[in-house]
Amino acid sequence: MENESIIEVQNLTKTFGKFTAVDNISFTVKKGEVFGLLGPNGAGKSTTLRMLSTLARPTKGTATIGGYDIVKHDTEVRKLIGIVSEKMIMYNRLTAKENLWFFGSLFNIPKDVLTKRVDELLELVQLTKWKNAQVGTFSTGMRQRMNVVRALLNMPRVLFLDEPTLGLDPQSSVEIREFIKKLNRENGTTVVITTHMMVDADLLCDRIAIVDQGKIVALDTSANLKKIISGADTKILNLNIANLTSELIETIRKLHCTDSVTQENSTTLKILVHGDEAFDSVIDAIRKKNGKISSMENLQPTLEDVFLHITGHQVRDSADQKIQNEKHGPFAQQQRRIR
Amino acid sequence: MSNMGAKTLLSHSLRIAWKDLMELFRNRLGLVLLIVMPLFMMVMVGFIYPSNGGGLSDMPVALVNEDAGFGNSVLPSQVFLMGLQQINDQTHMLVLSNASSMADVKDMVQRGELQGGIIIPSNFSSSIMNGEQGTLIIVTDQSNPQISATIQAALSAVFNEMGTMLAQQNVQMLSPTINATNSLAVVKPYNVQTEGVVLGTPSYFDFIAPGIMAMTVMMSVMTGLPVAISQEKEIGTMDGMMVAPINRLSIILGKTLGQTARGLIQGVIILALAVGLFGVTIQGSILLVFGLLLLGVFAFVGLGIVITSFTKDQETAQMLMMTLMFPMMFLSGVFFPIQQMPWYMQSISQVLPLTYASQALRKVMVLGAGIPAISTELIVLIVFGVVMIAIAVPVFRRAMTR
Repeated sequence: MENESIIEVQNLTKTFGKFTAVDNISFTVKKGEVFGLLGPNGAGKSTTLRMLSTLARPTKGTATIGGYDIVKHDTEVRKLIGIVSEKMIMYNRLTAKENLWFFGSLFNIPKDVLTKRVDELLELVQLTKWKNAQVGTFSTGMRQRMNVVRALLNMPRVLFLDEPTLGLDPQSSVEIREFIKKLNRENGTTVVITTHMMVDADLLCDRIAIVDQGKIVALDTSANLKKIISGADTKILNLNIANLTSELIETIRKLHCTDSVTQENSTTLKILVHGDEAFDSVIDAIRKKNGKISSMENLQPTLEDVFLHITGHQVRDSADQKIQNEKHGPFAQQQRRIR
Repeated sequence: MSNMGAKTLLSHSLRIAWKDLMELFRNRLGLVLLIVMPLFMMVMVGFIYPSNGGGLSDMPVALVNEDAGFGNSVLPSQVFLMGLQQINDQTHMLVLSNASSMADVKDMVQRGELQGGIIIPSNFSSSIMNGEQGTLIIVTDQSNPQISATIQAALSAVFNEMGTMLAQQNVQMLSPTINATNSLAVVKPYNVQTEGVVLGTPSYFDFIAPGIMAMTVMMSVMTGLPVAISQEKEIGTMDGMMVAPINRLSIILGKTLGQTARGLIQGVIILALAVGLFGVTIQGSILLVFGLLLLGVFAFVGLGIVITSFTKDQETAQMLMMTLMFPMMFLSGVFFPIQQMPWYMQSISQVLPLTYASQALRKVMVLGAGIPAISTELIVLIVFGVVMIAIAVPVFRRAMTR
């Protein structure tokens, strides 16, 4: 029962012209699971989610949700799912209540049931007090709570969330995460979430698929993914060097034992190394260049390190860029594609 | 089953239309503009363009009297001046001033102080007294053809009137037994009397009000629809509707209903403004007027949907609409009669649906026409609407699931 799958994805592919956004991916999501798609922007997470939620048509491959084909039985699929998009799906000039009422009324829910459900959902996210205020006046945190409960109007068996914590302050992020967990625990809702935030993936997901350039490069639980690093005899060092220079960084990078070097700030380096004599070689090299090591720490691997280890580049690189550009949606996707 | 389907389709469409109208009514500035936009359009075209040919008045024109007289008499030029004064007092077409010479007048026209001049040459009185034609010279401002033409026309009317008066006097002098009426018949044997289809003289507002109504209502579906839909795509709310288990058609139908309601509201506003502020009268049935507006919307919906399907964002939608709307506005006889245009332009306007919509509306509002009189227009609009919708529905379905 526990292992019964609710989503089955087979060779799903989506191309835009010559660009392949999602490249022949296959996976299954078990009933009641929180499943994460982790990767940088442009990795194809959102496109995958859009295909699964019937908003985009696959170029090749198939997927079923609750046994229904996402293309042939899209209406049946839509009854089973809820989607929390990266963009806030709500009308600013309507009140919180009117918004929920409008979207709910599209699901053929009997009027009295819907009225009750709207009130319950507003209570659930502590927005009852503001139910008659236009959502245009809401704070980002309030809006995101609205955005999430909107997806719950039809009591979906599968909830898709596309970057639910993007642009939120830490406290609001925590609230949203707690809410998703509660939903999963209490209602048994299956959750599929895309994110580039390691915290989200680490704290929420039962299993994580690491996505890069349209492909799933690793799929496992967070703990097992981290074992990829420990198993590979790789260590993570956090080095604090008072007189850090770019020359010094280059020297470390060129060492045989070094997998990658990341500069965290003006004096701190994070390096991935392998081999038994890795520590010695790094320290020797720094001393030779008169570097002063003020502290050195052996870190536990994070998902970020796993990503770096597997793909050879960082998640954050492109993710940060996205927030700066403030470009969202299909138009932005186009631009990214061109680039 | 299909009855059920149609019912839910309609119910979803109504929800979407309700939502769109709610948004519209909450947008205060938008509401104000809904009234201001047609008002501006009425005021501008109504007052800028001359109604019944007599739009221009108080044009500064200088008079140069070089008449040397005949013997000691300067009678003919004085008669002319008095006549001119008399007619101008009635029409206020000109503001007359005196100038010293033709060169002076030309100079002032160049500087923009005058719009024209009238010169009475030195031999004016002597020519007339000698039984020859008296010649007058009109100086015109060629940089402004319209004013120049109006001055010429106005002065010609004055000369004509005066010529008639003089001829009448001459006839009476030759045959003292003849009375004034008969002498006029001798001089001017033909007279023209105008008889319209309806009572009264329609103003330019009567001409443009139906056109503007037709245009505004159609614009609301043609621009409103693509803009409303691409806006929802951009802010993301379209996804919210698309993941609901509803027929795709209810989205477009709902949007259309919302925009139609908006267009009709605007149509009513224009009608109220036209009747209340500009004295437009409706000769035909007001129900038929609304029926025609709805038919116009129907004719344009398909086109609106096709455009919606091809535009990805609001900006493109708006630009495309502008490109299409402008020629439509000017070629469909909304502001100017089609008959004024050269034949090739006329043939373009023959294929534009707005031409038929505004023509039918004008016939009903100004001429009090009934359905039989506008059957051609009705057929054209229905056929155009059906064909466009037949094209639009599959195109829209495809565009929605990319």
